[in-house]
Amino acid sequence: MPDADRFTLSDLPPLRLDADFWSLRWVEERSESYAVRKNVALPFSACTDRGVMATVYAGGGCGYAATADTSLAGLSAALERAAAWARATAKFALIDSRTLPRPAPRGEYASPSVATPSRSRREWYELLMNESRAAAIDARIVDWDASIDVVHATHRLVTSEGGDVVQRYRFLFPGMAVTAHANGDTQTRTLHGHRGICQQGGDEVLARFGYEGAMRRIAGEALELLAAPNCPGGTMDVLLMPDQMILQIHESIGHPLELDRILGDERNFAGTSFVTPDMFGSYRYGSDLLNVTFDPTRGEELASYGWDDEGAPAERVSLIRNGILERPLGGATSQLRAGLAGTSNARADNWNRPPIDRMANLNLEPGDATLEDMIAGIDRGVMMETNCSWSIDDSRNKFQFGAERGRLIENGKLGAVVKNPNYRGISASFWRSLVRVGNADTVQVLGSPHCGKGEPSQVIRVGHSSPACVFANVDVFGGEDR
Amino acid sequence: MNVPRDVGAAPALMETYFHDLASTLDRLLVAGESYTAGFSAEASDFVRMNRGKVRQPGAVVQRYLDVRLIRGAKHAAHRLSLSGDAAADREMLRAATAGLRDALHDLDDDPHLLIATDVHSTRAQRGGPLPPAEVVIDAVLGAANGLDLVGLYAGGSMYRGFANSFGQRNWHEATLFNLQWSLYHRADKAVKSAMSGFTWDERAFAARMDRARTDLVHVAMPAMTLAPGKYRAYLTPAAMEDVASILCWGGFSARALATRQSSLARMQGSDDSGARLDPRITISEATVDGVAPSFQDDGFVRPERVSLIDAGRLVGSLVSPRTAREFSLETNGANGYEAPEALAMAGGTLATGDAVAALGTGLYVGNLHYLNYSDRPAGRMTGMTRFATFWVENGRIVAPVNVLRFDDTLFRMLGANLEALTAETELIAESGTYRERALSGMRLPGALLSELAFTL
Repeated sequence: MPDADRFTLSDLPPLRLDADFWSLRWVEERSESYAVRKNVALPFSACTDRGVMATVYAGGGCGYAATADTSLAGLSAALERAAAWARATAKFALIDSRTLPRPAPRGEYASPSVATPSRSRREWYELLMNESRAAAIDARIVDWDASIDVVHATHRLVTSEGGDVVQRYRFLFPGMAVTAHANGDTQTRTLHGHRGICQQGGDEVLARFGYEGAMRRIAGEALELLAAPNCPGGTMDVLLMPDQMILQIHESIGHPLELDRILGDERNFAGTSFVTPDMFGSYRYGSDLLNVTFDPTRGEELASYGWDDEGAPAERVSLIRNGILERPLGGATSQLRAGLAGTSNARADNWNRPPIDRMANLNLEPGDATLEDMIAGIDRGVMMETNCSWSIDDSRNKFQFGAERGRLIENGKLGAVVKNPNYRGISASFWRSLVRVGNADTVQVLGSPHCGKGEPSQVIRVGHSSPACVFANVDVFGGEDR
Repeated sequence: MNVPRDVGAAPALMETYFHDLASTLDRLLVAGESYTAGFSAEASDFVRMNRGKVRQPGAVVQRYLDVRLIRGAKHAAHRLSLSGDAAADREMLRAATAGLRDALHDLDDDPHLLIATDVHSTRAQRGGPLPPAEVVIDAVLGAANGLDLVGLYAGGSMYRGFANSFGQRNWHEATLFNLQWSLYHRADKAVKSAMSGFTWDERAFAARMDRARTDLVHVAMPAMTLAPGKYRAYLTPAAMEDVASILCWGGFSARALATRQSSLARMQGSDDSGARLDPRITISEATVDGVAPSFQDDGFVRPERVSLIDAGRLVGSLVSPRTAREFSLETNGANGYEAPEALAMAGGTLATGDAVAALGTGLYVGNLHYLNYSDRPAGRMTGMTRFATFWVENGRIVAPVNVLRFDDTLFRMLGANLEALTAETELIAESGTYRERALSGMRLPGALLSELAFTL
């Protein structure tokens, strides 16, 4: 039984906190990692990580203390340390904690298939070994691997106002990659990127992405890339497939809309934002076709939940509607600071870090174009699949992104495969060149377990759902001449 | 007022606690089994600041143990967060060991298993008591009075340990702080400063703050927007850290080199066929000079120095035990990622104080940001300028520059286009705090380039 389930509030010894508010947030995660590389099973590894974050509002300050000592004495001591931090720094407090909400949420959340029995260790290794053995189709294949991480988590938030929320998750992180090398060039092909496939749920996640049997296909595509010419350069249309779109959304919509960035918290580390508070409600972020939602309620998506880590109830809201910026990604604390409506996205990556504004699920809503229509509408362009390179400035404006695989589009028809497709642009203008948005048939629900941010730093799970999209007149280029 | 600390996480008790864990594991083994255990713990204070005030203050105490159970050529590992309570943690170890024993039944022999069996125990302890974080913050925010300061103070003790059933025990303890702060003029125009060490020196901090205030005057000048193109450029050691960091992403990995995935793969060749950098480029993994532990998770003790690039030629790589077994190499105690933890680049002849004059007319790049490869096999990388980056004319700072994107190859930057390296090198402590505070660093010079390609 997780520690979080054993706790009963009435068992806690009397606290001498003199606090306005306190909370205890348990995180207990059990993970199992399976991987096969070049037909050799990598050593099995498991992880059990559990601890509690104590947060206290006292004297106008807000302090925290994280501990893995989940005994009642350990919890009491952590609350007292957090209270001392609140008081010791109250004179410098950026936010008067007496003005902050004091949440009292109650309820439970569970991932799809959270209680469904998992495959046995032997079955996981058998699946991965079968995929691995399908990769070695040519001597030029020099490296390959197939892997799956399975994570079960229990999160519980108890507050001094009577709040008590239990959330149980099951995450699946499958991946596979093949690397081919010849004549001084190396090309790697993955199944939707490094951990791009990541969802809540059980084995149904694998079936959704055709995981079984995919290795042979991507091995063939890695060889195809070796033989392909470099992506041509020039100004042209790009058709970005969902496994490239998720990166585009993440970096040039998600991060700039984070309200803590806009408020300056991240300026010493992750960066600031070209978005300013006065833009909400009027700024044209993209073309009329751009509709972006924050949606932590979509069951299978990676960052779905019932409440955020400060206790705000999960709710689907529109951030950009018909191209106009409506609201930022900001939790209750940031909303108070900025005087703006936001989202339930105050999240921490573990028990040892405090909540900050994160993306959770950030989705681009589908339009009405079929994939065939989008291709047919392009005279000269490149279709790009699967992100492999990402770089953007600290205001989240000037970006350069690269994909694993490109295909030329000429006169409305898909043509030859090209390698090293890259493109660059500026967020503030790029989304205004969105000219076609794919319909629901083109949508994929993907994500990333590796979104980094914060001081101290945190790497958190985010979900992104997107259709394929077309952007006009983009600066495209390929790799180095060899 | 002072904040009470978790006395159980104090240095004197943590080492004893670690040895008790190892003794527990010794007793849990049955015939035919062995184990390795890597310990990583910290008792850290984190104070996050923004707008010259405190945004989030707090403390984290964490203890993790990675236990690997081995029987023959089968092995499995379990990473555990531990509570610090001896009885509770012994029970967790017992349950984890039983679980691993059960897992071994499902596993095949691992042909690439290599563990250290020669006992080589070590002990290192650095740093003394630091002042309470709240005292440091009083000084920092007092000095920032009226300035838009944003940053993080991270301080306290960090612990790394290794134990195995052959009796090896390694202990590495460091009590140090890392203060990273930026003074903002407006929007993205700022000066970033950093200070780290084993003792808090208020006078040294005051000197850094004075320098940052002076630089802020330059940042406050009207900014220039440069068109894409090729410009002379001087990269400070802080900017070079970003270039070196991207190289550390598989660049020196023996596994990545063997499978041709390293950005330095072009430099391989038993004869003179490999590509080369400028003969003034010499890079080593210098554990002896850094803050990283001298041992790794499989128990191998690292040499004091591993030569990686000598006079522009690739001469070595970081070889983990697993890679050693797979590719028939000798391990040199590299971590599982085969990433440097104490990278050192030799300096050149240019006095740092003369760098702006030597630049003449071009870009003084104080910091870079968010680098990635745009063509890894070609060693081509891209990234942004950040913070104090200035346009210099005739050896004089003229204006801060709006952010620019560079996209160029390592082989041009540190090859044909390298004009000089500074004589002085700077020790830059890794400030990373993902999952735990980093215990690594780099020693780097500044670099003057005859041209660097900017694209956006």
